[in-house]
Amino acid sequence: MDNQSLNLLDRALGFDQQSEPWSLSGRVVVIEDCVETSGSFVLHQLVKRSLAPNSSNVIIFVAFANSFSHYDRILRKLGCNLVAQMDNKRFIFFDMLMLRGPDGDQGRIGEGTLVSLYEKIQKKLSGLPGDKKNYVTIMIDDVSLMEVAANGASDFVLDFLHYCHALTSEFDCTLVTLNHEDIYSSMEGSTFMLQMEYLADILIKAEPLSTGLAADVHGQLTVLNKGTSHRLGSLGNKIQNFHFKVKENNVEYFYPGSRV
Amino acid sequence: MAATKPRLSSFSRNISALHSSQSPGVKYGPNGSTFVSTGIPDLDKILGGGFPLGSLVMVMEDAEAPHHMLLLRNFMSQGLVHNQPLLYASPSKDPRSFLGTLPSPASSKDDKSRDRDPEQEKGLRIAWQYKKYMGEQQPNFDSHRDNKQDYCSEFDLRKPLERHYLTGPRVDCFSIQDSKNLAALQDRCATFLAQFQRNDGSSSLVGRIAIQSFCAPQCEHSNMEWDMLSFIKSLKGMLRSSNAVAVITFPPSLLSPSCTKRWQHMADTLLSVAAIPDEDKELAKLLSGYQDMVGLLNVHKVARMNTQVPVILDATTFSIKLHKRRYLVLECLNQAPVDGSSGSSYGTSGSCSGSSKTGTLDF
Repeated sequence: MDNQSLNLLDRALGFDQQSEPWSLSGRVVVIEDCVETSGSFVLHQLVKRSLAPNSSNVIIFVAFANSFSHYDRILRKLGCNLVAQMDNKRFIFFDMLMLRGPDGDQGRIGEGTLVSLYEKIQKKLSGLPGDKKNYVTIMIDDVSLMEVAANGASDFVLDFLHYCHALTSEFDCTLVTLNHEDIYSSMEGSTFMLQMEYLADILIKAEPLSTGLAADVHGQLTVLNKGTSHRLGSLGNKIQNFHFKVKENNVEYFYPGSRV
Repeated sequence: MAATKPRLSSFSRNISALHSSQSPGVKYGPNGSTFVSTGIPDLDKILGGGFPLGSLVMVMEDAEAPHHMLLLRNFMSQGLVHNQPLLYASPSKDPRSFLGTLPSPASSKDDKSRDRDPEQEKGLRIAWQYKKYMGEQQPNFDSHRDNKQDYCSEFDLRKPLERHYLTGPRVDCFSIQDSKNLAALQDRCATFLAQFQRNDGSSSLVGRIAIQSFCAPQCEHSNMEWDMLSFIKSLKGMLRSSNAVAVITFPPSLLSPSCTKRWQHMADTLLSVAAIPDEDKELAKLLSGYQDMVGLLNVHKVARMNTQVPVILDATTFSIKLHKRRYLVLECLNQAPVDGSSGSSYGTSGSCSGSSKTGTLDF
């Protein structure tokens, strides 16, 4: 992978270390965003990165927020054909958008849905050939909607995430989740977000600029990379901060003030 | 934006022929999205075409003022004028009575002046007396229009919608006050949306859902936050696979802050309305045309279908005005000149003299 094609986000995520084929193996990435600035583009970037032709990653995508056609169109513009990757068994899509309890019975869908979802993910994982197992990425595009699907039982969602975390240590796969920070910041005594941040090895925050939105700068990203220690001695936490501009076919990242 | 212009002009023979290939009241946008009109021409322009099919629109109400009804009425009327089936749910005992307050599209004579740019309007005022001659050509165009409407009509808030639009099987009303939980409403929405299943991109029939004051305290479900959330989630899921748009208005002050944020995240297009106090001297000094304002509209989020690029608007706050006391108009806020006394007179003479004069004539 030549360094030229790497942008600031890729570097912050450690893609520039050539020693490893996939620098996110066994790690948990938590993306946080807010109403004003959506962080979903980071997911798209990671999907594109994982499905790059020179890697052999497999993605298990759990979609709560948007349909497959939405993601398909976006990724096609980024140069990645999800349908073809599905045929190659490299992209596995779980559509949770149309999820409905039996006979509209709202009370009971909670726990059962998540358990069955986890079972499905595990089945897919163990069904993969041995050489691919280590390069699996599990992506959840909206954890807050997962809570809604669990009917407000945040503990079940945390359990689910813990189970997925266990998978990442068992198979060395990656867990990527997107959640909305502003939901929890106004809630009293909620530790949900803290627990997720604790799980995270890499925390990515998308925020609007404090000076308001501009046409040239869509917001800023803060990337906190916690665990580089086991690889290069102890580097400790590394925080990086940069601005971004989202385009149809890529995202521009730049340091504040570095563009005229 | 530019694309809407030619359709509004009277040189529309060609375009209306083109229209017939698609169903009326539907417009194709970028990224394979399809728009329906909001019923307010200015809002269509602001949102880049209207509400995309398959999207969920949320309007945050002002707890003390009924401005959300203005948006809702125009949205519903526009659908009925285009013969699009409508499902209306409200917390009132008799939702059907609300239909009587829907505005009617303005007759072509009235809205003609609005169709043109203000500069043109000035030039036309000289030829005002010739209007009657222009009117003669109009019927031809009018009869043409009866079955093939414009994408977005101008609504006259003082004229009720003709009855034949309201009766008939296309309009379905539902009172959310009666039912114990949301299952009934959910089933109603599911059966309604089943008519509009999207197959192979053909948008033959388009449906509209309007839910007013969803979390109103008189409904039994109003304190069941998670039930409401899962209703919205499933509604959004159903919308995504159908050719329909849903507008939900809700008073955010009645929900807990975190729950409000959840609702906002679920919305594809998020708007909020606010009334402005009658006699706010400071605001009146700051903004020109303050006297004509009815309220403020805020655009928080614009739907992004099939794209990752956010829509950044030049302005997110717009003033709601009533043009000639009939038509709903959205305008960018204009800051009044710094010098208060002379400034305000400038502002009114510049932008409002024409409208206020014609307004009195209209009486």
